[in-house]
Amino acid sequence: MNATGTVHKYGDDVNTDVIIPARYLNTASHQELAVHCMEDIDKDYVKNVKPGDVVVAGKNFGCGSSREHAPIALKASGASCVIAKTFARIFYRNSINIGFPILECQEAAEEIAAGNKVQVDFDTGVITDETTGKTYQAQPYPEFLQNIIKSGGLMESIKG
Amino acid sequence: MPMTMTQKILAAHAGLPSVQPGQLIEASLDMVLGNDITSPVAINEFERCGARGVFDREKIALVLDHFAPNKDIKAAQQCKQTRLFADKYDIKNFFDVGRMGIEHALLPEQGLVGPGDAVVGADSHTCTYGALGAFSTGVGSTDMAAAMITGKLWFKIPSAIKVELINKPTGFVCGKDVVLHLIGEIGVDGALYQSLEFTGPGAAALSMDDRFTIANMAIEAGAKNGIFPVDEKTLEYCRDRFQREPRVFEADADAEYTRTVTIDLSALRPTVSMPHLPENTKTIEEVSDVKIDQSVIGSCTNGRISDMRIAAQILKSRKVAKNVRCIVIPATQEVYLQCVREGLAEIFIEAGAVFSTPTCGPCLGGYMGILAEGERAVSTTNRNFVGRMGHVESEVILASPAVAAASAVTGYLTDPAKL
Repeated sequence: MNATGTVHKYGDDVNTDVIIPARYLNTASHQELAVHCMEDIDKDYVKNVKPGDVVVAGKNFGCGSSREHAPIALKASGASCVIAKTFARIFYRNSINIGFPILECQEAAEEIAAGNKVQVDFDTGVITDETTGKTYQAQPYPEFLQNIIKSGGLMESIKG
Repeated sequence: MPMTMTQKILAAHAGLPSVQPGQLIEASLDMVLGNDITSPVAINEFERCGARGVFDREKIALVLDHFAPNKDIKAAQQCKQTRLFADKYDIKNFFDVGRMGIEHALLPEQGLVGPGDAVVGADSHTCTYGALGAFSTGVGSTDMAAAMITGKLWFKIPSAIKVELINKPTGFVCGKDVVLHLIGEIGVDGALYQSLEFTGPGAAALSMDDRFTIANMAIEAGAKNGIFPVDEKTLEYCRDRFQREPRVFEADADAEYTRTVTIDLSALRPTVSMPHLPENTKTIEEVSDVKIDQSVIGSCTNGRISDMRIAAQILKSRKVAKNVRCIVIPATQEVYLQCVREGLAEIFIEAGAVFSTPTCGPCLGGYMGILAEGERAVSTTNRNFVGRMGHVESEVILASPAVAAASAVTGYLTDPAKL
């Protein structure tokens, strides 16, 4: 599985309160959540994001609240994945569980600039910055998590 | 292989003689928790996958606390969905308005969690129950849905940071100052994927309420969980509450830790976290003359009876400053009633504070104390992220109940000892 898109770049410690502010958590509708995605740190994100786009950020992405509404909002906004130096653990679990790819890659997170065109191969973890021509290798998932991802998320994996 | 306390609890719940950091296991759960924000998403997943029932109606707790009493129509719909689910599956531990409290104060108080348990909750501050010597951690709604069906969840065995607490706190220094200081030392991702294991004579000297406050904020250092050894104070707290037999696990003497952080409690000062990260800590001396518009005293971090008592001690015979809103929210119905019986409610109201029924409301910018553009709150809650309590241009400063109450009186960040 592949995705290609434009990079939206953020810094360290992007928390789930800015990914989707709590004032919008009175709904579980994916589309309603997507409309407010990243609103408190980037008002233009929702205006600019196109299907397949890639969010790139620093360390500890998704820290704070356990709200699954955060990866849901990102996914429903059209983003294909998040590349970061590190992820907060609940956000990491939530993303895997809902089948939203996230990739840990220190170098890519540092070097890839906002607006660049990036291609991500989710099977191999290879990230290609098409603007600069440079490629990166993300941390592979443990086999156990690969199985959840291949099943299409946690709920599908427990059915089997 | 020697194990930490967390590793031992997880090994026992996975039916394994021993485990090591990085190992993936499946653990049986003693309690699965959700609230009115996270449960609807879990219920949607539960129903979408065609589940026929829950694994154990007595091992699920559903608490309507975040936007309840219902703050608007959409919140009412979410509470209704959770209530109907609880009815349909006859969930024993369902807490509605009038019986509810803020989940992480409520579950220990009601004896639903205790020493040696493995607990997950679809709320990041589920790590609070580590104060009781339980493994407890926050998860998302899909994890909650799977856990409600199977009673099990996968975990990666965490490595650990040892937090050695020595001596005793002095003056108004309390658990909140200890945990804010720790987060300031190691950073908001200082314990990422790890457990924080509190130990030492200082840990033993802390009250249960202080331990709850400290374990509660383990997540603000990125930790998977925070945990305290079980001692006489723990067992005393559990007596007449905890409905099962406590299981006491102790770390092996030669257990491995990635690092040790030593904190001399007697050297700590009242500590605050400035906007917009909990790691931006300052001692009270470093931040005088910071003007505030609102003081919030409550939450899963600091809404327990000892928090109410210290706030009342400071507000007694004093008045909340002009142009400051002071909002006091006991965490549970039991704490609320105790405040009434002990005369604390009267002190708060006479001081010019709001005294509210339990709710998470203002902590996450839900309702009951939203900040306008340019406003600043001192708050005993747990997060001071951008826009956390309201407008994106508002600010939250985290502090202890003593500092929040003293600041309410002066209108500026204030050392309670200087009032």
